[in-house]
Amino acid sequence: MQVQHATEHAHPQLGFWRKYVFSTDHKIIGIQYMITAMAMAVVGGLLSMLMRLQLAWPSQAWPALGKIFPVAFAGNVMEPSFYVSLVTMHGTIMVFFLFTAVLTGGFGNFLIPLQIGARDMAFPFLNALSYWVFLLSCIVIIAALFVAGGAPLGGWTAYAPLSAVGDASGPGEGAGMTLWITALGLFTVSGLMGGLNYVTTILTMRTKGLSMMRLPLTQWSLLITAVLGLLAFPVLLAAAILLTFDRVGGTSFFIPSGIIMNNRLLGNSGGHPLLWQHLFWFFGHPEVYIVILPAMGMASDILSTFCRKPIFSYKMMVYSMVSIAGLSFIVWGHHMFVSGMSPFLGSVFTMTTLVIAVPSAVKTFNWLGTIWGARIRFTTASLFAIGFISVFVSGGLSGIFLGSSAADIYLQDTYFVVAHFHLVMAIAPLFAAFAGIYYWFPKMFGRFMNEMLGKLHFWGSLIGVYAVFFPMHILGITGHMRRIYDPLFYDFLKPDKNINIFVSVSAFCLATVQVVFLLNFIISIFAGKRVKENNPWQATTLEWETPCPTGHGNFGDELPVVHRWAFDYSVPGAKHDFVPQTVPPGAEKV
Amino acid sequence: MPVLTEERVSGGIGAPPRRTPPSGGGGGGESDSSFPVSAKQIATWLLMTGIAMLFAGLTSAYVVLRGVPTWEKIPLPPQVWMNTLILAASSLTLELARRSVKVDKIAALRQWLGITAILGIAFLAGQIVLWRELTASGVLLTSTLHSSFFYVLSGIHAVHILGGLIALAMVSIKAWSGRISSISFEPLRLCSTYWHFMGGVWLYLILLLVFA
Repeated sequence: MQVQHATEHAHPQLGFWRKYVFSTDHKIIGIQYMITAMAMAVVGGLLSMLMRLQLAWPSQAWPALGKIFPVAFAGNVMEPSFYVSLVTMHGTIMVFFLFTAVLTGGFGNFLIPLQIGARDMAFPFLNALSYWVFLLSCIVIIAALFVAGGAPLGGWTAYAPLSAVGDASGPGEGAGMTLWITALGLFTVSGLMGGLNYVTTILTMRTKGLSMMRLPLTQWSLLITAVLGLLAFPVLLAAAILLTFDRVGGTSFFIPSGIIMNNRLLGNSGGHPLLWQHLFWFFGHPEVYIVILPAMGMASDILSTFCRKPIFSYKMMVYSMVSIAGLSFIVWGHHMFVSGMSPFLGSVFTMTTLVIAVPSAVKTFNWLGTIWGARIRFTTASLFAIGFISVFVSGGLSGIFLGSSAADIYLQDTYFVVAHFHLVMAIAPLFAAFAGIYYWFPKMFGRFMNEMLGKLHFWGSLIGVYAVFFPMHILGITGHMRRIYDPLFYDFLKPDKNINIFVSVSAFCLATVQVVFLLNFIISIFAGKRVKENNPWQATTLEWETPCPTGHGNFGDELPVVHRWAFDYSVPGAKHDFVPQTVPPGAEKV
Repeated sequence: MPVLTEERVSGGIGAPPRRTPPSGGGGGGESDSSFPVSAKQIATWLLMTGIAMLFAGLTSAYVVLRGVPTWEKIPLPPQVWMNTLILAASSLTLELARRSVKVDKIAALRQWLGITAILGIAFLAGQIVLWRELTASGVLLTSTLHSSFFYVLSGIHAVHILGGLIALAMVSIKAWSGRISSISFEPLRLCSTYWHFMGGVWLYLILLLVFA
């Protein structure tokens, strides 16, 4: 029976710990994911600030930091190995423990049942377990910063053979690397539990009338992302298992014969370091889309709401996300153009990479079509959604250069690459996440975030990210390598000194603006303006049928019945400029 | 400026389906009551998809490394075929359990479930015997890339069989407590799907390790 009565979902009053900590309620789990991811973002962000300090003023003595980090800043100057560990930990934390976690874990958990008219996920306990395993993975990765030898040095890609030979390759590659692999393994298991839940819930628990082609684009994006995760994460797990055996079992999957590390001949035989790269990037490129697809879906829905217009070409938005997901599995080689790949194979990967730009361009066209001629309501959420398009396009265009093997061979491992991926897979998803937080905050906490501070946050962030990342393209074109400790060591990079200082100062300003966001978020939970209605943004989707904040069981006595798609804005003849999905045909005119 | 909508610009490309709702409300869309497959069944399929991708990743590593000059295959002892037979027999007995419940032969169901569990445990014990035989003959984890793959692949498979045994134990508890019958035996059906799948994975791994 479709209609479920409140009595069936009546629960005894739960205590604080059961209600807010050890909860199986999808909304609480979603918020737990978000807050944990934000804490991880603070750590990852601080690490990047230390990196920028070093790049702008290499060899500078910092007595205050020397007191806080006596080993990492021995003699008050940053140690080279500490700098490389910062690179590794910043990338790992941001890619996995912020972007993946906040978008799929946070918004996925919070929004899926609400937007499909369900009371919870298909497997609530599995959902809670997913969060706790994720939290454990966060603790393990943070612990890597504090073990003997320090954090790993191999970058977030952990290339073999450095990552496979243990501390023979240097400090950090011992216990630090072991914790890195353990954390990634736990994260993968957590992601698989979540993905399994998302797909099952969206497919089987949609409320009456909510056909697939009536789903909000956020739901489509989360569904496709979950499928991508289920196909890609096991391959990372396979690679991590083989890497672990190389490190602790003495096998040679990724370690070639006759390798000498730190003047020591290792006894391994027959392995292939490039195999790690193939396995890692077979996962790694879909991971980029695991991050960006939910961002695309959320930005689409938020844009449509504040443009008061239907999303332009809904079906093409869905098909392009499906295309992007499919193509993401055949482009991984573009990360390996300089690995000795045959030029023919390189040209194949160039082709597939350029093809994947087509559905991305379709989506961009449709966002612009949605904005075109609209009477946009410029809230903080809509500004961040529009900002998402800006940075996605800016970062995406440089990707076309990097996807071409001829150009990439020059630009590989330079700051051009750093600029590209930060804009397209870090800042763009972050902007969409900010849009989502400002937009769904009333549904989470029953209060608004402060709009004035929100707009300050938006404009500071937009200007800040371009000030940080646009000059990096220039650095890259001058040949500035990424992951180097001291740019001034190289004569040809000395003229870049002022650009590096400009980028670092901009980065510090950008970080300061994020403090405004954090304060706004925390203060608004307790003292933000109260929301007095269910649907403050006048949106159409099902979550806005529920109170702010939504209570346990989400919907009242009966589950909603859906009569229309999620984008009925400015319907000619309708009484209001939005028609919720629950309004039967014809009733919108009343 | 007129509002640009997809219908007006593109002639309806991407327009959503606007079905007339059937009488009694609803928009004719799918819902939990109409979706043809249960949540648990989808979850089982997704789990198997993930496991298939795990072994696909490991297979790709195997295929790449068998091309290196130092690749040297190890002969597998006859115990491997004995274990394969045991696992195949366990699939057969689980299928007999499933058929028993369909005609409400609960005693037969319990009997076949018990035999399946014994065979599953025998398979794992046989794998341990196999690994001990190999190590006794000097074929270790680190001896060759092929031996490394044998230990790793069979070890990961054994962990998944252990998971299947836990699922089997849970189904058996349901069977003994009378919570499985011909009208409600989804846990058994899903458990047997998983068990047959892992049997298929083992056959695949043996073919890979022996013939590839």
